[in-house]
Amino acid sequence: MSNSNQTQPKDFGYGEEQDMLKNAAQRFISDLAPLEALRKAIAGTEDPYLGEERRGFYDVDAWREMTALGWSALAVPERCGGAEMGLVTAVALAEEIGAAAMPTPLASTLQSTFLLREMATPEADAVLTRIAEGAAVAWGFSDAHGSLHPRDTSVVAEQRLLSGTVHFVQDLQKADVVILAAREEAGLAWYALDTGGDGVQLVADRIVDLTRDQGRVELNGAAGTRLVDPGAGEPAFDSALPALLTLVAADIAGAAEWMLQATAEYAKTRQQFDRPIGFFQAVKHPIVDMMIAADQSRSLVYAAACAFDFDREDALRLALLAKSSASDTAGFCANRGTQLHGGIGFTWESDVQIYHKRLMHAQQLLGDGVAQRSALAALL
Amino acid sequence: MALRDEYTTPEAFRTYCREWLEANRPEPTRMPLPQAAYEVTLPEHRDYLVAWQRKCYEAGLIATDVSPEYGGHGFDDFQMIASNEVRRAGVPYFINWIGLGMTAPTLLAHGTEEQKRTYLPPIFTGDDIWCQGFSEPGAGSDLASLSTRAEKDGDNWVVNGSKVWTSLGSLASWMLLLARTDRDNKYGGITYFICSMREQGVTVRPIHKMTGESGFNEVFLEDVVVPDHQRIDAVGAGWQVAMSTLTSERGAAKGVGAVPSSESPMDNIEALIALAKTTMRHGRPVWDDAVLRDRILKIYERTVAVMQNGRRMGVPALNGGAMRIPLQSKLVGSELGQELHQVAMSVLGPAASLYVGDEHARADGKWALGYMNTYTGTISGGSSEIQRNILGERVLGLPKTK
Repeated sequence: MSNSNQTQPKDFGYGEEQDMLKNAAQRFISDLAPLEALRKAIAGTEDPYLGEERRGFYDVDAWREMTALGWSALAVPERCGGAEMGLVTAVALAEEIGAAAMPTPLASTLQSTFLLREMATPEADAVLTRIAEGAAVAWGFSDAHGSLHPRDTSVVAEQRLLSGTVHFVQDLQKADVVILAAREEAGLAWYALDTGGDGVQLVADRIVDLTRDQGRVELNGAAGTRLVDPGAGEPAFDSALPALLTLVAADIAGAAEWMLQATAEYAKTRQQFDRPIGFFQAVKHPIVDMMIAADQSRSLVYAAACAFDFDREDALRLALLAKSSASDTAGFCANRGTQLHGGIGFTWESDVQIYHKRLMHAQQLLGDGVAQRSALAALL
Repeated sequence: MALRDEYTTPEAFRTYCREWLEANRPEPTRMPLPQAAYEVTLPEHRDYLVAWQRKCYEAGLIATDVSPEYGGHGFDDFQMIASNEVRRAGVPYFINWIGLGMTAPTLLAHGTEEQKRTYLPPIFTGDDIWCQGFSEPGAGSDLASLSTRAEKDGDNWVVNGSKVWTSLGSLASWMLLLARTDRDNKYGGITYFICSMREQGVTVRPIHKMTGESGFNEVFLEDVVVPDHQRIDAVGAGWQVAMSTLTSERGAAKGVGAVPSSESPMDNIEALIALAKTTMRHGRPVWDDAVLRDRILKIYERTVAVMQNGRRMGVPALNGGAMRIPLQSKLVGSELGQELHQVAMSVLGPAASLYVGDEHARADGKWALGYMNTYTGTISGGSSEIQRNILGERVLGLPKTK
């Protein structure tokens, strides 16, 4: 097993620049108050049996402002008009998005950036340039069973015309471009498609999480741009995978911290038996356990991001650990957070349910803790 | 030339420590050493470990950052480097871990000039071994309810009472003693003393633990005379001072080089993985069992996380408060060690029953022995339950349980 970290900076490569961006993001997001906007948007939409279309709330102006600030292009290479920052910087931002439970295509666009970077072709660069120009990009490969690797894609490409369906694509309704894995005779390739193109149909899923949107892409002879040659699709995905896992884990770390702080705050103010309930050890101790879980995930997220930027050989091991930890933290903090809020945390009007669902969703993205540990076993 | 003038950069000092430890690794003892310093009872082990500690002190690995007037080496911030290299090298632990880990930080923060000059140098060399007299039969987690009395008699104090769970009690020259000087004031009625273990009226009796080992002792104090100049800080300030000592024990304070065990968490999990790969069940390695392997990997994940927590402590902007991570380390480390050993029992299956001395026991029974000894970690120095109170109250601001 590899434990080399000779080449890695001790401070994860988290310096002044990263901290300034993180603080700026925190201020920007808190001014936008996405949670308040979300509360308004979801009021009255709670009944799942009414069957109305729920497309996921999203503030287009906020997205435009974020692209203007250069956040969506922060990891885009300079040659494509971006800031060419590393994963540590992207993770610092992703954590803030998670902490605010913000509906935004930023997460998918950042993930797409790292996937496209590993393709390293002029075609992939063209999509990266569109990101630098403000495009939102989604990506996906799953079959209807929620497969965790693009080798199981059910999409087939013949003469660069795509057929089949890709499931569980995140931020699909918000995306201008979608990147998809497709099987060709000579191996796996990746394609880019405009979401409004011919032969492309987007179908929104009805999902539990109120802060994201998800859907499937039905392809019927749709023309796409091939981003990597057949056979190069798997290696590109495999080398981007550590970044993809770490970005999702960072979102969880941010949301778990919110859940921890909200629960601690509630335990200080909610009175029962003439005392704040946080006095009782049956309440106090699990809140401490939430903190321990959140801290371990956060440390692994930064370790994994740093390895991706500075020590690729160890990047996959640490990324699997980060998502393994974060997935379990997501489940645990969502569970304890709701339980310790009592009845109120169980209601539609409580913010706790919003975070609970965001954590539940992210817990399963790219596989839960068991899935990560199962992949990790091969490395040890 | 002083060491600190010879090695001026962290890199040069790290290289020096690494090479010195490699060149000076001691021959193993005839009888294997116990797993941790608190179990040492045999004179043969004591002599060996004291000689080893002295050698490491002289090489600059102990008291690295302490001022030369108190016997230290006068470096600026190199102790962490030396301690990390000692752990990494897998060399024997330092027997005087209480002296190094608790007495020295306490005296440096609260001692008089004379106390520092008198007591610190022999702590570093290992000439004076220290023990701690905090817990009592009636005062465990509620430490401040302790009832050992100290009564003023001229320039002396006369102490009566008993202490329990005293590691190294049979080998120690000195005890860090908490005694009650005011019955009417629970917290403000406790005073901190340095008590000689050679004084008349001190009786040490070993306690046999569930492992069969007897590193812990009961200490009975009967009309023991303690001169007033052996009082640390003001009369009634003992609780405050003790809290700072316990902070050192929990690993939150800057140390002088205590390394109470030579087993690192990473070594333990790697040993467990190796055990699972070499233990066969149904004709296959236990490692191939997906359920057990998942439990092992969960512990692997948390072990790496704890190490990365330590790394994150060095990046204050990512810490969420200065005490948040340090105050977790004792709780998390001890519980992780315990769960690791529990999983090892499952990996071993029926062979987990074999104990030290059985010819078929894996690793000479250290898994079962280590498992039982993990309770020392989760109970002593503030039990896990007390640690969760401390974290909830001091870090998250939850109402005090007390």
